[in-house]
Amino acid sequence: MVTITIDGKQIKTEEGQNVLQVALDNGINIPHLCYHENLSFYGGCRLCLVEVTKANRTRLTASCTYPALEGITVETNTENVKKARRLVMEMILPMAPDSPKLQALASELGITEPRFHYEDPDGCINCGLCVRACEELVSANAITLANRGDTRSIEPPFQEEPLACIGCAACLYVCPTDCIKMEEKGNERRIVRWERKLEMKTCANCKRHFMPLAQIEFAMHKVREPLDAGWFDNCPDCR
Amino acid sequence: MDTRQIDTVIEKYGANPSETIGILMDVQEKESYLPKEVLEHISNKLGVPVTHLYRIATFYEALSLKPTGRHQIHVCMGTACHVRGAQKILDKLERDLGIKAGETTPDLEIGLKTVNCVGACALGPLAVLDGEYHGSINTTKANKLLKKLGRKVEETEETETE
Amino acid sequence: MRRLNSAAELEDLRKEVLAKRDPQRPCVTVCAGTGCQAYASQNVYNAFKEEIASRGLTGKVDLRGTGCHGFCEQGPLVVILPSEICYRRVQPEDASEIISDTVLENKVIDRLLYVDPVSNEKIVKESDIPFYKHQERIVFGQNRFIDPHNIEDYLALGGYRALAKALTEMTPEQVLEEVKKANLRGRGGGGFPAGEKWEVTRNAPEKKKYVIVNADEGDPGAYMDRSLLEGNPHCVLEGLMIGAYAIGSDEGFVYVRQEYPLAVQNLTAAIKQARELGLIGKNIFGTSFSFDVTIQRGAGAFVSGESSALMSAIEGRVGEPRPKHIPTAIKGIWDKPSNLNNVETFANVPFIIDRGADWFRSIGNENSKGTKIFSLVGKVNNTGLVEVPMGITLRKIIFDIGGGIRGGKKFKAVQTGGPSGGCIPEEYLDTEVDFDRLTELGSMMGSGGMIVMDEDNCMVDVAKYFMNFLKDESCGKCTTCREGTKRIYEILDGMTKGEGKEGDIELLEDLSWVTVNASLCALGGTAPNPVTGTLRYFRDEYEKHIKDKNCPAKVCKGLITYTIDQEKCTGCGRCQKNCPEDVVEGELKSPMTINTERCIRCGVCLDVCRFDAVLVE
Repeated sequence: MVTITIDGKQIKTEEGQNVLQVALDNGINIPHLCYHENLSFYGGCRLCLVEVTKANRTRLTASCTYPALEGITVETNTENVKKARRLVMEMILPMAPDSPKLQALASELGITEPRFHYEDPDGCINCGLCVRACEELVSANAITLANRGDTRSIEPPFQEEPLACIGCAACLYVCPTDCIKMEEKGNERRIVRWERKLEMKTCANCKRHFMPLAQIEFAMHKVREPLDAGWFDNCPDCR
Repeated sequence: MDTRQIDTVIEKYGANPSETIGILMDVQEKESYLPKEVLEHISNKLGVPVTHLYRIATFYEALSLKPTGRHQIHVCMGTACHVRGAQKILDKLERDLGIKAGETTPDLEIGLKTVNCVGACALGPLAVLDGEYHGSINTTKANKLLKKLGRKVEETEETETE
Repeated sequence: MRRLNSAAELEDLRKEVLAKRDPQRPCVTVCAGTGCQAYASQNVYNAFKEEIASRGLTGKVDLRGTGCHGFCEQGPLVVILPSEICYRRVQPEDASEIISDTVLENKVIDRLLYVDPVSNEKIVKESDIPFYKHQERIVFGQNRFIDPHNIEDYLALGGYRALAKALTEMTPEQVLEEVKKANLRGRGGGGFPAGEKWEVTRNAPEKKKYVIVNADEGDPGAYMDRSLLEGNPHCVLEGLMIGAYAIGSDEGFVYVRQEYPLAVQNLTAAIKQARELGLIGKNIFGTSFSFDVTIQRGAGAFVSGESSALMSAIEGRVGEPRPKHIPTAIKGIWDKPSNLNNVETFANVPFIIDRGADWFRSIGNENSKGTKIFSLVGKVNNTGLVEVPMGITLRKIIFDIGGGIRGGKKFKAVQTGGPSGGCIPEEYLDTEVDFDRLTELGSMMGSGGMIVMDEDNCMVDVAKYFMNFLKDESCGKCTTCREGTKRIYEILDGMTKGEGKEGDIELLEDLSWVTVNASLCALGGTAPNPVTGTLRYFRDEYEKHIKDKNCPAKVCKGLITYTIDQEKCTGCGRCQKNCPEDVVEGELKSPMTINTERCIRCGVCLDVCRFDAVLVE
C-alpha cells in the first residue's frame, strides 16, 4: 500500500493502481472518455489530465495511465488542468458534435462554440474502447485501430464485413458517443457501423430472437466444459 | 498467392510472432503488396489475429494493402529537399501522372509516393525511380524520368541547360 | 577465417594484416556511400578495376570502395592514397587517365580538382579543401580508409582493440566510469549522458538485459547515422559490445529503417565477419563475455524512433509509444531492462575506451564533449556530412566549411534538430553549437540535421512543412497530438493561402501549449516546436501573411502571382510549351503574358525560362 494525495486528501491505495481509478473510488470526479475499469488503460483521449508532483517536479499527465506511487501529489482542478481540458474537449467535440455526453462535458468545461469543425463527423473520437472490449473482454478480434496520424480510424480489417464479429454488442455498450448503432429486424441483427449482419437464434418456446447464431457458436467453442446441446434452444427467460 | 513462398518466409523467421513486421516486409517484397488472403494465411500460421496484422500493415509506410505499380517513383520530401523545391516536383509529377502521391496509375504501371527523407540530402531535390536515385531534379529532369517510363510529356525541346 | 581466442591473437592478426600492406603502395579509393552511388560511383569503381587488371597492376595498385567521405555534393569522389589527391565528379572514362597520370606518374589532372567557390582556387589534397580543413574527423574520419565489407580494413586501423582492452583489462564498472567521465552525451536527440543511462540498466534487478542501436534515423534532412552504419559498421558494433559489457547484457539489436538497404547489407556482412573471427558469439577473446546481435528493420514510421515505440516494434507490435512512468532502461523489451543509444553515440565509445576519457574531454566545450557529425544541407555551397568539435560556432560551420550561401543569396536561418528543433536566425550565428546552447535558442541538437535557409525560404511555409510531416507521423493515439498537429497545420495552410485571420497566432499558441503539455510521448511533446520556434524569431513574417496577405519570401502560392517581364521575354515559347494549364498567352517571338486568373502558380515557367523573364510578386 502507498499513500498519495489527491486534491489535498490523503488516500491509501495499492501501489501501481492508476490515479484515475483511485480518484473515482474516492468520490473525486475526473472527466474521462477512453478509460474503462474493466479494460486495459490507453491514455488516448487526454481528457483525464491532472497535475502530478513527484520529487518536486510537477507536470500535466493523463491520470488513467499514471501509477499510484508513494508520496505523489495530484491536483485535479488547477488553472493549467482546466485550460488543457478545455482545449482537449474543444478538439474532441467536433468529432462527435451530436453526442449528448460530449455536449454536457463541454458545457461543464465552459465551451460554447468550439473553434474547430469537421465537415462530416462520424461520431467516433478514436478512444479505442470498442477495440479493447472486442479484444480483451470478448476476444473476438473483429475490429482494430488502423492507420496513423490524422487518418487514424477504427474499422474492421479491409473495411469489409467482419466475419469475426459475433454481434455481442459489447462495442456499442462501451462507446462513449453512441456512434455504434444496432438494428434488429425479424431474425436479423445489424451492427450498423461495421456493416455486420447476423442471423438470430429463435427461442423454441417464446419465439423471441434472442441471440446471434455466431455468438452461440462462439460461446460453445469457448466454454471449457461442453454445454448441453439444447442449452441455447431457449432464451434465458425460458430456460 | 503462392503459399509456399510465404511459408518459406515465415519459416525463415521461425514462425515467431515477434518477427511479424519483418515477415510482412519480406512477403510484401515478394508479392508487391499484402492481399487479404495473404494476411489471413499469415494470421493462421503465426496465430496472430488478422486485426493485429491489418493494424501493422496500415501503420507502416513500407507496407501496402493495395497493389503497387510496376514502377515506383518516390519523391523525397525531406527538409533539405523541401527547401530546394521538392513540392514543385511532386506537384508536377502528380499533375502529369494524373494521380496523387500514394496512388498508382490505373494501368498499374507507375506508383507515386513521397518519402520523408532518403538520406541523400546533398543531392536534393531528389526522386528515386525503382531504387535508383535521381538528384538535383527539376522540371526538365522530371520530364526525362517520365519519358523513360514511357509516358508522354509536354516537354521542352532541349534537355538541361546546366 | 580463424577464431580469435585472446587479445594477443587479435594483435597477431592485426600485425599480419599490416604486414601485407605497404603504406606507400598507391591505393585508389572510390566513395561508395549512398550519395556517390546515386552518381553511379559503382561504374567508376568497375572502370578502375578493369583498368588495373588490364594494365597488369594487380598487387601493385590497390582499389578500395569506401564508405561516405562526406562531401556528397561533389560525388563521385575519388581519393588517391597516400598522396591524398582528391578528384570530384569522376566518370568511368576518367579511370584510365587517373591510373596512367596520377597513380603511375604522380601528375595531377587539373579538370578533376575541386574549385573553391569563394576563392576560385583549385585544390589538390583532400585535407586542404576548406570543407574538410575545418573539420575534426574522428568517428567519421575512418570511413574513407575502410571497405565496409572487409574487416581487415577496420583491424588495420586498430579495430576491436578497444573491445579487447575493455574485456581483458577493465571491469564493467571501470568501462562505465570511463564513459561517464568522458561525459558522452546521446547523439540522437536529447543529449542525455550515455553513461548514466547505462548505469540505470546495469543496476536494474532483472538479469536479462538488452542493448539496442537506434538506427531509425527519422529526422528528415539528417543522414549521418546512415553513413556511419554503411561506411563503418564494425565501429558501431564494437561500441555496442563495449556498452553491453558495461551494462551486463548478452543480447543486442540494431534497429535500422528499411529505407537504408545498403546499411542493412553492410551491417549484415560485418556481423558475419565478426562472428567468424569470434568477435561476436560465445566467450569473446576467451573471456566469460558472450554477445549476440540481430538486425531488425523498421517498416517506416517516424514515431518508431521513440524508445518505447521502437521497443514495441522489436517485439513485433505496432510501433506506438507507451507510458514510461517506469523507464525503458528498467522495463523495456519484453519488460526487461533495455538500453537504447543512437548509432553515433555507440560509434564514439571505442575511441573513448581506446584513447581515454581525458582525451575525449579535451575536445569540445564545457558541457558538450567530443565531436558531432552534422548533415549540412539546404542552401549552402558545400553540402554534405561534417564532423566538428562541439562548441564550434554556427558561422564557422555554415560559412567556413559550408562555403556560405548558394548563388550569393542572403542567409536567413538554419534549422537544427529535425522536426522537434527550430530555426535559428542570423543574429545567433556566433553561438557555440552544443546541446545546451541550441536548446536555449528554442531549437535542439537532435540527431544533427542542419538545414540552411536563405532569403527565398518562407518561415511560415517551413513551419507548415514540418507540421504536415508531424500530422502524418503522429501515431494518432493522443487527441492533443493527432488533432493538435492537424489543426495547427490547417491554420498555417490557411495563412499560406491568404486565409489567415486575426487571432490565428494566439490560437496557434494555445494549440501548441496543449499539444506540448498534454501529449504522451516526445513526438507530441515537441511537435509544435516548428511553430513556436519560428514565431519566436519571425513573428513579423507571420503577421505579414495574415494582415498584408503578403509572403515576403515569395513562396506561398496563395499570396504570389507570376508575370512575365516584357523587356526580357524573347517569346521563345518554352514556358508556353511547359505550362500545364496553358495559361501563357501570346505569339512566338513576341513577349508573352500569363493569365493570372487561371494560373495555378506551379512555377514551371520560372523553372524553364532561360532569360530570367518570369517574375514572382
